[in-house]
Amino acid sequence: MSAATGSAVRGRRPAPRVRRRLRLGMSQGQFLGVLTAVFLILLLLMVVQDGAATAGNEVWRGLVLGAIYALIAVGYTLVYGIIELINFAHGDVFTMSAFYSVFLAGIPGVQEGFFKRFLGFDINHLASSGPGGLILALLIIFPIAMTLAGLTGVVIERVAYRRLRDAPRLAPLITAVGVSFLLEGIMFAFFVPPAPPGQPGLGTPGAAYPTGEDGWIPTTHVLLNIGGSHGVVIGANDTMVIVIALVAMFALAGFIRYSRTGKAMRASAQNRDAAQLCGININRTISATFFLGSALAAVGGVVYAMHYHTITWNQGYQFGLIAFTAAVLGGIGNIVGAGIGGFLIGLVEAFTVTLIPNGGSWALIVVFAVLILVLTLQPTGLLGMRVPDRA
Amino acid sequence: MALLEVDSVDVFYGRVRALQGVSIKVDEGEIVALIGSNGAGKTTTLRTISGLVRPARGAVRLAGKPIHTMGAEQIARMGIGHAPEGRRLFARMTVQENLDMGAYSRRDGAKIRHDFAWVYSLFPRLAERRRQLAGSLSGGEQQMVAIGRALMSRPRVLLLDEPSLGLAPILVDAIFDVIREINGEGTTILLIEQNALIALHTAARAYVLETGSVTLAGPASELLASADVQRAYLGM
Ligand SMILES: Nc1ncnc2c1ncn2[C@@H]1O[C@H](COP(=O)(O)OP(=O)(O)OP(=O)(O)O)[C@@H](O)[C@H]1O
Ligand SMILES: [Mg+2]
Repeated sequence: MSAATGSAVRGRRPAPRVRRRLRLGMSQGQFLGVLTAVFLILLLLMVVQDGAATAGNEVWRGLVLGAIYALIAVGYTLVYGIIELINFAHGDVFTMSAFYSVFLAGIPGVQEGFFKRFLGFDINHLASSGPGGLILALLIIFPIAMTLAGLTGVVIERVAYRRLRDAPRLAPLITAVGVSFLLEGIMFAFFVPPAPPGQPGLGTPGAAYPTGEDGWIPTTHVLLNIGGSHGVVIGANDTMVIVIALVAMFALAGFIRYSRTGKAMRASAQNRDAAQLCGININRTISATFFLGSALAAVGGVVYAMHYHTITWNQGYQFGLIAFTAAVLGGIGNIVGAGIGGFLIGLVEAFTVTLIPNGGSWALIVVFAVLILVLTLQPTGLLGMRVPDRA
Repeated sequence: MALLEVDSVDVFYGRVRALQGVSIKVDEGEIVALIGSNGAGKTTTLRTISGLVRPARGAVRLAGKPIHTMGAEQIARMGIGHAPEGRRLFARMTVQENLDMGAYSRRDGAKIRHDFAWVYSLFPRLAERRRQLAGSLSGGEQQMVAIGRALMSRPRVLLLDEPSLGLAPILVDAIFDVIREINGEGTTILLIEQNALIALHTAARAYVLETGSVTLAGPASELLASADVQRAYLGM
């Protein structure tokens, strides 16, 4: 039974009364309008409370974090689009990819990386040798980490989800939770050495670096100061996160739109039987979907390691849920929506941190409140499927 | 040797038997019709041929080669095009993209472009709407896309499941003109049609399915004259 027919059948069943009463049933334009209004009001409050410079800095920080959420959210939405599975292990693939980058590059003074150990080549040295070296180092580490993460995703699907494809939907969902625990266990076992603080490098598993210590791009390197030296600081490290995230997401969107495999992915998501009748190999297409989603999460994982210098074996749980919220907010199944949703959730966190006293501890509560609100009031999110599925 | 041969096929959905000992032959260049009342197993027969369901017994052969053990996508690549019941378009893709997917397994770019022109000449309406999302087309237009998509694979055998379903009478005639035209250009066709009259006037031969078994088969002209067929399917 194809996804499209399934949802058509579900759509015909009368919705429970409570739900119908709660739904706002806004059009996408109205929802966008409401969101924009709310965000602008919160932004204004922030400016009034803390001044423009602080507000600007918080918004910028929110966008940087949002870029990482966006990269993870894309994987959720891709997989959901094609097999209607919320892949709870996806956040852990993100964490794992951060560890892959540490494994590859090592942590100077703490742990020798793969390159140094087996190829005699110090990628950290290359990265700090100037802009050209940095770009070269990025071009080396990203494809490798993305491939490793992509294969991780493919193996997970092959081993855990494939045989459950036609099972009741709860079965793969619970399996996904199980895979998540499994991955966290693996990371705990393999990647948690005690880390002496104060060492530069890609990141340190399990322990926080004191602030001011740097990865490949010094945090002190400022690209731009908007509004003078006490204004909004646009750091090079932050900018790198956002630029890399945008490039990766646009590349993916283009791939899905124009490539043969991308078209096969969309076709399989919309009507599996028909896709097969067109000669599309469903298993291969689903594998490709997991590969791409996991590779994008790896982009997030590597920039995360570079930017925040701290990776925790179980952080994927939280990141996954936040990114899932982003995907729902953007409209689950819609790639552009997932990207936008990621940035929006980053902003929500920025608002929470500044507007609520001791807001840091409220961040998760607010994000999940957003999730619940969207799911009950506007389940198709910003850009969810509205085009008739009747074909 | 028949180009397409369904040989004593049994099909089950769970424990329910949908087909029992169904045998059908389609020769190269023929139009063959499959008629029968609702739930007789017509759709199931086509789905078995294109590999979407597996027969519990029996065989399906294309040019003598067994295909019933292959995956649906492999069978499609072997040259069976299927415009399925209910059209099954890619609703959130454009008309052009739907046709593109029909040519998914082909690599002969120049010929594909030629076939686009061919399909658009068969269905000029689609040419005007090539950038429109398939889900927003009218039922008749969607049917044209479904047939066009199946044609884009340049199949040796084209399976059509109720191409006239839900169409205005004038469009039904138009679609059947196109079906004859496609056949005239060398495509073998196996066709399911509720409208037995038009089916028997289009096809050279026909099979009558009743509760999962073939009860009658022969040249269309003979079936048209048969009292049983007249009573049961032609409303005479
Ligand atoms: N997926 C399915 N699961 C269970 N039973 C099915 C399924 N598909 C079809 N059947 C049953 O198999 C029998 C044959 O169905 P089929 O769709 O082949 O009939 P048909 O001749 O195409 O009918 P119609 O003219 O209404 O399209 C019917 O009794 C139907 O209920
Ligand atoms: Mg049918």
